Amino acid sequence: MSAWTIVLLSSALAYATKLAGYLVPESWVEGPRRSRVLTLLPVALLAGLVAVQTFGGQGGSLHVDARLGAVACAIVLLRLRANFLVVVIGAAAVAAGLRAAGWG
Amino acid sequence: MTASAAEPRGEDVAEGEHTAYLPIDGAKRKAVLRQSLSVGIATGAYGISFGALGVAAGLTTLQTVALSVLLFSGGSQFAVVGILGAGGTGSAAVATSTLLGLRNGLYALQTSRILQVHGLRRLLAAHVTIDESTAVSVGQDDRRAGRLGFWVTGLTVFAFWNAMTLVGALVGNALGDPQRWGLDAAAAAAFTALLWPRLRSRDAAATMVLAIAVALLTSPLLPVGVPVILTVLAAVVVGLSGGGRHESPLPQDVP
Repeated sequence: MSAWTIVLLSSALAYATKLAGYLVPESWVEGPRRSRVLTLLPVALLAGLVAVQTFGGQGGSLHVDARLGAVACAIVLLRLRANFLVVVIGAAAVAAGLRAAGWG
Repeated sequence: MTASAAEPRGEDVAEGEHTAYLPIDGAKRKAVLRQSLSVGIATGAYGISFGALGVAAGLTTLQTVALSVLLFSGGSQFAVVGILGAGGTGSAAVATSTLLGLRNGLYALQTSRILQVHGLRRLLAAHVTIDESTAVSVGQDDRRAGRLGFWVTGLTVFAFWNAMTLVGALVGNALGDPQRWGLDAAAAAAFTALLWPRLRSRDAAATMVLAIAVALLTSPLLPVGVPVILTVLAAVVVGLSGGGRHESPLPQDVP
């Protein structure tokens, strides 16, 4: 898949999903179990992304390196109720600092 | 784009129905505008981090900006560049993006009741149906205010998010080596920040732990990107078995 195909296909599917909410009957997603699964879906995917982005390396191998320090910093900043940008930039700075110091 | 704003609460909408066609008074209008603009600008600002990560993942500036204009849903956009940057396949990137975007369809079920739009306006409303526009809209106590909040928030985020994506892409290109600047770690931090506000219930915490276990255990065995898609199992298992035991049924865990 070329980069442009990925960009356009993911955009088309995202738009179709949004529009579907304006067109389909609400009964399709009614029911406590179904709505609970749908609410938890982004939690699962984002947690999986955090795990893979923090530990994942070439070919699916797992590593502990500067990224773990960055995520730890992000969690501290989030607990302090820092703004999203502060969290992201702070984490990047920690990773850059650890690497400059020769770790990870 | 993120869930930093509260998730919507469908039940509140019906209460405002009878006020739908009354004029909205000046003070209230101002309050809604102020809230919408501040949410829109604050959210749009972190388009800069997406722009930088997009080019760090190997997309061109134009492709990165196109994702912000056309996909316009932060979590999904970060997923696309995160998976591509980690060496995942295009289909894994598209699938994860789409699964993450399913929540926008749920938001649309609620905003369609508030907006009552048709034709071209409906097509436009669909595009700006995201975490923030929904949260501001559903949080208002009457339907007029809800409509105003939806449009002003959605369009403000759209304008700032895209402008800041371009800035971020240009900055990212100027920085060069993404690892040296910790940009790969910034992706992990961005996902952490997107996840954080969603961890308000014990079911959510259980889902997170299970999802991390699934992703890490399957990573060495499966192509990059697939383990993230498999975490859907965590949502299904907790969603179907949870409730009742841990807490009262759903909407109460929403702020």
